[in-house]
Amino acid sequence: MKFLVCISNVPDTTTKITFTPDNKEFNKAGVQFVINPWDEYALTRAIELKEAAGSGTVTVLNVGEADTEPNIRKALAIGADDAIRVNAAPTDAYFVAEQIAAIAKEGAYDVILMGKESIDYNGFQVHGMVGEMLGVPTVAPAMKLDMSGNTATLEREIEGGKEIVSVNTPFVASCQQPMCEPRIPNMRGIMTARTKPLKVVPAVGEPARTQVQEYALPPKKQGVKLIDAENAGELIKLLRNEAKVI
Amino acid sequence: MSVLVVVECADGEVKKSSLEVASYGAQVAAQLGTTATAIAVGEANEANLVKLGEQGITKVLYDAEPRLKDFVNNAYTKLIATAAEQEQAKVIVLANSNIGAAVGSRLSVRLKASLATNVVELPKTDGGQFVVKRGAFSGKAFSDVVLSGDRKIIAVKKNSTEAQHDAGKTAEVASFSAQLSDADFADAPKQVVMQDQAGGVLLPEAERVVSGGRGMKGPENWGLIEDLAKALGAATACSKPVSDVDWRPHHEHVGQTGITVSPNLYIACGISGAIQHLAGVNSSKVIVVINKDPEAPFFKAADYGIVGDVFDVLPKLTAAVKALN
Repeated sequence: MKFLVCISNVPDTTTKITFTPDNKEFNKAGVQFVINPWDEYALTRAIELKEAAGSGTVTVLNVGEADTEPNIRKALAIGADDAIRVNAAPTDAYFVAEQIAAIAKEGAYDVILMGKESIDYNGFQVHGMVGEMLGVPTVAPAMKLDMSGNTATLEREIEGGKEIVSVNTPFVASCQQPMCEPRIPNMRGIMTARTKPLKVVPAVGEPARTQVQEYALPPKKQGVKLIDAENAGELIKLLRNEAKVI
Repeated sequence: MSVLVVVECADGEVKKSSLEVASYGAQVAAQLGTTATAIAVGEANEANLVKLGEQGITKVLYDAEPRLKDFVNNAYTKLIATAAEQEQAKVIVLANSNIGAAVGSRLSVRLKASLATNVVELPKTDGGQFVVKRGAFSGKAFSDVVLSGDRKIIAVKKNSTEAQHDAGKTAEVASFSAQLSDADFADAPKQVVMQDQAGGVLLPEAERVVSGGRGMKGPENWGLIEDLAKALGAATACSKPVSDVDWRPHHEHVGQTGITVSPNLYIACGISGAIQHLAGVNSSKVIVVINKDPEAPFFKAADYGIVGDVFDVLPKLTAAVKALN
């Protein structure tokens, strides 16, 4: 079984988001970048399934410029076998999906996994686009993934419940909790990751179909109105008469 | 050219988020000088489809194929794509739900459209560009995005726009067939399992949310959260540490790596307000924080606050809501 795990390079979840003075770009200064937390579920589950089967490969794919390589090496340290970096800025979901679809087709991967969405762009788009480009099913967002031969059984989250879905390879799934407990690299993994193959390839396909014009931060709150704990019922009156939300 | 709106139905009712989407689509159509047609998916009831006229929809297409009752990605994609071609839709509007976003991404490739998800406002269409505002950085920011393709698909974030109700207006319901075959249903779910929701209110669609953190001290104390939620008609939610230790299920986890919500009222009980949690709730209209630590960072993001013990405050709030009703 050949697994392709797509990872994106995102600001750490504790990052305070700021933009350049013209609000055109995210301000990367002093920001720690990590593997997108949702993608960690995809990566760890692929490694677990490969280990359980006793055979197969896990390839990590990132669309990004050279500054993403530390996190690609981290994915190799966690247990992926090799990596591919498409050397281009990930301008929009469509552009990224084109790169993934091209590599998935060329390498004849059986299972294409990624996180539910990236925590920076929050598109929740790439998995469906890749599935459509390859003409294969997409299961998104998947909370559980088991494989038996070429058949996968997945649990897909829906509003208020879940669906049990079964698909044959090849397929695309986007992953989220509680699929597995994401692994962290150990010392041996970090040592071996240095020599695992990391191939850099050029981008293909058409340009992006969307362009970010400007960023903005949410409006600041006016300040908190404190209510005495002894008189907590007063809060409910304020919510009805002042805030008018109940 | 027209605007096509995807309306999700369940048990015959149009979902609340789809009423918002219908209204959004009708307003986009008005901006573009055209009309809005809806395509209904899921288990629909004709009387409720007619009422979509109240949101400004003129025509509703409905395919009565029984296998469309549950979500099947390929079948839904083909259905909507066929409707889009028939109506020559330049703009397709759907809910940013687990159905809408999943279908929207496939449709964008099939129809060669520009796609924006998580959209929070009506588009700006002056100056020859089509620009939408969407949530980014998991609720920590917004971005204005230009949709440069000839066709556009917009997935509207739940609770971010209000559904208009023009009482008495009706839509024409037209039967429609996308000529779906067995192959289109190959990825149909084997089984659908619904969870019991506390008080029957779904968290992603809820207008009011009562949420608990580690300050609740253990799952056995969640009755206090549930009592207040029930009195308010609210959904229950929790912080990440709470779902990590399995006090509450993962689908209740609100935050940067859980779900982001934008209810009218969010009541946080015993949650300190880590930056990742705030990201998930800061588009709520009114935030109430109850915490015994006056230094809890959540107070800075709140509209109303009570510095006090949740075990003491929550029963008082529940009693006050009951007294009000």
